[in-house]
Amino acid sequence: MVRLTIDNKKIKVEEGTTLLETAQKLNIEIPTLCHHQALKPYGACRVCLVEVIKGSRLGLVASCTYPAEEGLVARTETERVKRARRLSIELLLARCPTSEKVREVALELGVKKVRFKEEKEECILCGLCVRVCEEAIAKSAISFINRGADREVTTPFKIGSLACIGCGACVYLCPTGAIKIEDVRKCRRLDFWNTKLELKKCKVCGKHFVPLVELDYLKDRIKSFEEMELPEEALEVCPKCRKRILSEKAGEFIFGEKYP
Amino acid sequence: MRKIDRIIKRHKKKGALVPLLQDVMAEYGYLPQRTIERISQELDIPLSQVYSLATFYKSFSLTPRGKYLISVCLGTACHVRGAPRIVEKLERDLGIRAGETTKDSKFTLETVNCLGACALGPLVVIDGKYFGRINLSRLDEVLKDYLK
Repeated sequence: MVRLTIDNKKIKVEEGTTLLETAQKLNIEIPTLCHHQALKPYGACRVCLVEVIKGSRLGLVASCTYPAEEGLVARTETERVKRARRLSIELLLARCPTSEKVREVALELGVKKVRFKEEKEECILCGLCVRVCEEAIAKSAISFINRGADREVTTPFKIGSLACIGCGACVYLCPTGAIKIEDVRKCRRLDFWNTKLELKKCKVCGKHFVPLVELDYLKDRIKSFEEMELPEEALEVCPKCRKRILSEKAGEFIFGEKYP
Repeated sequence: MRKIDRIIKRHKKKGALVPLLQDVMAEYGYLPQRTIERISQELDIPLSQVYSLATFYKSFSLTPRGKYLISVCLGTACHVRGAPRIVEKLERDLGIRAGETTKDSKFTLETVNCLGACALGPLVVIDGKYFGRINLSRLDEVLKDYLK
C-alpha cells in the first residue's frame, strides 16, 4: 500500500493504482477521452493531465498512466492543469469539430474558440477501438498504421478484415462516434473498417441478428455449454426470443408445467 | 526451398519481426501483401500488427521499389543548403513525385529527414552510394551514369 495526497485529500491505495483511479476513489473528477476501466492505460488524449509535486519538482503527467507513489502530492485543479487540459482539448476539437463528445468535454473545460486550423476528421486516435479489439476480444482486426501526422486506424491493407467478427465493441467504445455499425437485412456493415459480414437468422423469429463469424467465435470461446447450463441452441436464437423463452421456462419452473 | 521460406525460418524462433521484414526488403525490394500475410500466419502475429509495423517505418515499402533508390536528405543542414531544389529537379527529371517509382521501375525517389552527414550537405544517396555537396549541375553528372 502507498499513501499519497490528491487535492489535499489523503488516501491509501494498492501499489500500481494509477492517479486517475485514485482520484476516482476520492470522487475527484478528471476528464478523459481515451481511458476505459476494462483496458490497459494508454495515455493518448492528454486531457487527464494533473500536476505532480515530487520534492521541489513540479510536473504535468497523464493521470491515467501515472502510478501512485508513496508520499506523492498531486493537484487536479490548478491554473496550470486547467490551461494544459484546455490546450489538449482545443487541439482535439480542431481535429474533430463535429464530434459531440469532444465538444462536450471542451465546453466543460471552458474552451469555446479554436485557434487552430479546423480539420474534418472524426477519429481522435485514442486507440480505444484498437485496444478493445486486441485486449478484450483478442482478435486484433484493426491497428494504427503509418506514423506522425499520417497516423490512422484501419484494417490490414485497408480492405475488409478477415479477423473482424463484427462484435461492435469498437463502435461501443469510440468516443467520437467515428465508427458506425449497421445491420441491413442479411448483412452487418462496418463501413469504417470496410467490412461486411453475413448475419445469421434467428431460429424462432427469423430476424437476422448475429454475424456468422461472431457466432462461431463465441461457440469456440464458451468451452463447455453443459457447465454453464446453457443449451447450445441458446446462441442460435436472437436476444429478444431468448429472453421470452427463458422467462417462459422460469415460469414453468416456478408455477409448474401448466404455466401460463 | 524458396528464399522467403529461408528468411522466415531464420527468424521464426525469435519471432523478431523487424529484422525479418528487413531481410524481405533486402531480398524483394518491397513487402508484398501475400508475404506479409504469410509472415503473420507463420509467426502467429495478428495481420493488423504486422501491417502496422510495415507502415510505421520509412525503410519498409509496400509497393515495389525501383532498381535504384535515390534518397535526398532534407535534414535542417541540407535543407538550408538547397536540398528542396535538388528534390524538385529530380522530380522533374524523373517525372515522379517523392515517394514514387518511375514507370520503368528504374528509380525510386524518397526524401529522408537526416542522414547524419550534415557537413556534406546537401546530400544525395543513390543505392547506398553517398554524393555530398551536390548541386544541380553535379546532380546531372551523377545521374548520367545511372540513366544509361
